[in-house]
Amino acid sequence: MAGTEPGQLQRADDGQTLRATGDWTLTHYSALRRSTRAISSAPTQVVLDGIQHLDTAGATLLAELVGGERLRQIAGNSPELPEARRALLITVANAMADCGTLPPETRWGPLELLARMGKALTDATAKARLLIGFIGAVIACAGRCLISPRRWRFTALLHHMETTGLNAVPIVALLTFAVGAVIAYLGATVLGQFGASVYTIDLVAYSFLREFGVLITAIVMAGRTASAFTAHIGAMNANEELDALRAQGLDPVELEVLPRVLAVVLVLPMLSFIAVLAGLGGGGLIALTVVDIPVSRFITAISEVPLNHFLAGLVKAPFFAFLIAVIGCLEGFKAGGSARSVGVHTTSSVVQSIFVVILLDALAAMYFMEIGW
Amino acid sequence: MVMDTARGALIEVSGLSNRFGDHRVHENLDLSLDKGEILGVVGGSGSGKSVLLRSIIGLHEPNNGRINLEGAPLDHRGAPDPRLTRRTGVLFQRGALYSSLTLCENISLPLREKAGLGKADAEALALTRIRLTGLEAKTARLYPEALSGGMVKRAALARALALDPDLLFLDEPTAGLDPISAAAFDELILTLRDALGLTVFLVTHDLDTLHRVCDRVAVLGQGHVMTIGTLDEVANMDDEWIRAYFHGARGRAAMRQSSTNRESA
Repeated sequence: MAGTEPGQLQRADDGQTLRATGDWTLTHYSALRRSTRAISSAPTQVVLDGIQHLDTAGATLLAELVGGERLRQIAGNSPELPEARRALLITVANAMADCGTLPPETRWGPLELLARMGKALTDATAKARLLIGFIGAVIACAGRCLISPRRWRFTALLHHMETTGLNAVPIVALLTFAVGAVIAYLGATVLGQFGASVYTIDLVAYSFLREFGVLITAIVMAGRTASAFTAHIGAMNANEELDALRAQGLDPVELEVLPRVLAVVLVLPMLSFIAVLAGLGGGGLIALTVVDIPVSRFITAISEVPLNHFLAGLVKAPFFAFLIAVIGCLEGFKAGGSARSVGVHTTSSVVQSIFVVILLDALAAMYFMEIGW
Repeated sequence: MVMDTARGALIEVSGLSNRFGDHRVHENLDLSLDKGEILGVVGGSGSGKSVLLRSIIGLHEPNNGRINLEGAPLDHRGAPDPRLTRRTGVLFQRGALYSSLTLCENISLPLREKAGLGKADAEALALTRIRLTGLEAKTARLYPEALSGGMVKRAALARALALDPDLLFLDEPTAGLDPISAAAFDELILTLRDALGLTVFLVTHDLDTLHRVCDRVAVLGQGHVMTIGTLDEVANMDDEWIRAYFHGARGRAAMRQSSTNRESA
């Protein structure tokens, strides 16, 4: 279709008639557009028999030049044109005759910015309300299932425990080992200035037993598991699988949400324990190699940490787990039919669950401080 | 109905074989698509209609066989051959509209990326395509998720037509449409074929579409083209499956409909 000769418009001697020649195709669109723009007044007559190749792009330009209505008349009154070309001209002319105009694109000004901020606020409120409602639904469903062992789904539960728990062990252990090492370096540097570098172990032990073990695990789970839940349930929703469950009288919360929530609630404390061990290991390695603290001293220091510090850390794990899983599932339910929607809600679920985990951790830290743990 | 201009094979498939593991989808399949015709491809579920389409347009690498475009073989290795892609439009079964772009942007994208047009020019041409496929101009700024099933098909056809192709691949264009929309879509394909001189490769299960728009029909089965010809020739073949397909309850209704149409026309 690559034409050789770009189309041209020539004005005949009488100044009223235009003669179109050459190729009027998409390849020459820009050049053709310039030449039609150069025609100031709409011509009364256009002669089309000089055109070599013509496609819809060229026909559109001709329709813009003379108007759709007029082009239809011209095509109808040009028996010298081949049948197919007349059909093309008339089809495009018809399409252009009553085409209307493109609606304007959405523009963003300061007022729209304000409106978006307002909308974001009301959206956030609605989201929080929806989340609380969903938490209630999950707890109610769990209560119903608790009394009838027939509805305990061990296969699904174990499957989710494997994918969210067992498969996450390497990444959780590696990350917390590295963070433990970093804290030990920090302790060696800062405490060393006061000649207290021996307390590096205490720094690592307290921070991991109380906070970092569970917090880092929860953040990894928020990124790894909440997103997976949203994407999976969102894709099921897009495929109408959730509707199919409901239509068969089955409860998607019971079948899809409950096993996931339960799995994460069971698995996160275990992972946190592994995280604590790995963090202590990382810290211990640095303490041994950089600060020259012997292993026996290291173990004694850890055994001297009161148990309530460890409990204060671990007791948070099920709450974090519950919120991460519930947010991940709820966002999946909200994801609509399109690929874009699944992407938007996956992002939202990760952001929300990390936000909730850190917020809750801060509140818990204040609470445990006040009650003297 | 057949265009009398420049006949001859536009696309020739020869010796095509496709295997998925032990499952042989195509074995030594030959098929030719003539210039200016609308070729309907039918076959039972799993007979490899879509795989054939994907093999021709270069989205699936066949285990064996050659695909010629105007006598010269296509090279689909790595990516679909640009010799084919720059003159083809493809309508995917579920539309495959880009969900992050508006309808207008969906159609403008190939115009800007491939034809090198500016934004204003691309949008002006996009509007023509939108109108050509019978959509309202006010739908142009909508995202695909806001479109109904019939509108999605029309929008996808508008995008397939963006670069003024002369070859169109349609994968079940009327599947999932109500009979009125499906009939309107059939008419649209015919109008566009006649106006734009398109060659159309049409995969369908819709007997009404076969009757209304197809010049020739190819029946796929047992890994190859069982028969190819005009609908009447194909429908009268002595084969159990073909008889059941065209002369079953649904087939007879479509045949009757089509013959009364012909008489009244």
